Amino acid sequence: MTETIINFILFAMLISTAFAIVRMTSLFAVIMLASVFSLLTALLFVTLDAVDVAFTEAAVGAGISTVLMLGTMALTARHAKPQTQSNAIPFLVVCVTGAALIYGTLDMPNFGDPNAPAQVHVAPEYLERSIEEIDVPNVVTAILASYRGYDTLGETAVVFAAGIGVLLLLSSLARRRRDDEEEGDI
Amino acid sequence: MHHHHLILRVVTKLLAGTIILYALYVQFHGDFSPGGGFQAGVIMAVAFILYGIVFGLVAVQRVFPPWLVHKIVALGVLIYAGTGIYAMMLGYEFLDYGAFDPGHPSHGQHNGILAVELGVGVTVTGVMVAIYYAFAGRAPRISDEDW
Repeated sequence: MTETIINFILFAMLISTAFAIVRMTSLFAVIMLASVFSLLTALLFVTLDAVDVAFTEAAVGAGISTVLMLGTMALTARHAKPQTQSNAIPFLVVCVTGAALIYGTLDMPNFGDPNAPAQVHVAPEYLERSIEEIDVPNVVTAILASYRGYDTLGETAVVFAAGIGVLLLLSSLARRRRDDEEEGDI
Repeated sequence: MHHHHLILRVVTKLLAGTIILYALYVQFHGDFSPGGGFQAGVIMAVAFILYGIVFGLVAVQRVFPPWLVHKIVALGVLIYAGTGIYAMMLGYEFLDYGAFDPGHPSHGQHNGILAVELGVGVTVTGVMVAIYYAFAGRAPRISDEDW
């Protein structure tokens, strides 16, 4: 019962934050509200007992992305341009996509259903064997780092590649421009 | 030098060390509590980014120079993949941590998990700080009125 009330409150705050983000034009306020949105999502993950995911969402979504968005804003404008076109087509697209997503959830197993595909495939095996084989109390770490070590290596490589991509796009440009200016001086 | 924002500067100095300590806790206590390399890497990066925001890019790059950041971005992936290759050299499969303590496989698992989580943490710290440097290095200094 308490959990239902908490969920309702969190979802109400989530929706009102989303509406505020859509309505606002001050980009600084929008970025801060996006951070609030992430923090509320993290709280929802906590109520689902997914503390590791909540931790990541709070650190990455509410923390780092906010800083990076602020850094991006510092490179561009402080306010969104006033909208000139009509909202009808975007609104239609959002409604159709939303309806399709809701239609998709009808086929999904109920929350906490013990016969859901996610619960009957490899998860029971991991839960049963991890204490004996790996002996790590946090089973999430055991699955991520050991059973799914290949996947996590791939994820690390993705983070690495993303970092290299951003560096290539941003730093080299700055250096090239500086070189050009120096050449111009000569 | 600019001497405004005294409270922010004092609080940042107090917080930076605490944040790094917390990142290390999340990093090496990930087997027992929520968290692990990824979260720890982000928190570690936050300590440097916070320092950079308050004291300026030049100050934080004296502590954590860009060439070092670029090196550790690759170092983390090397630590992770190297752990796997080390297991192969001991005659086991790639990333089979049982190799590190054949007499007691779960101890080997502990060591292996610590090593690969360290790799993840190092790369994530490097990437986050590198991206922040890349953005902050391009922006003109923002005066307080602009916000």
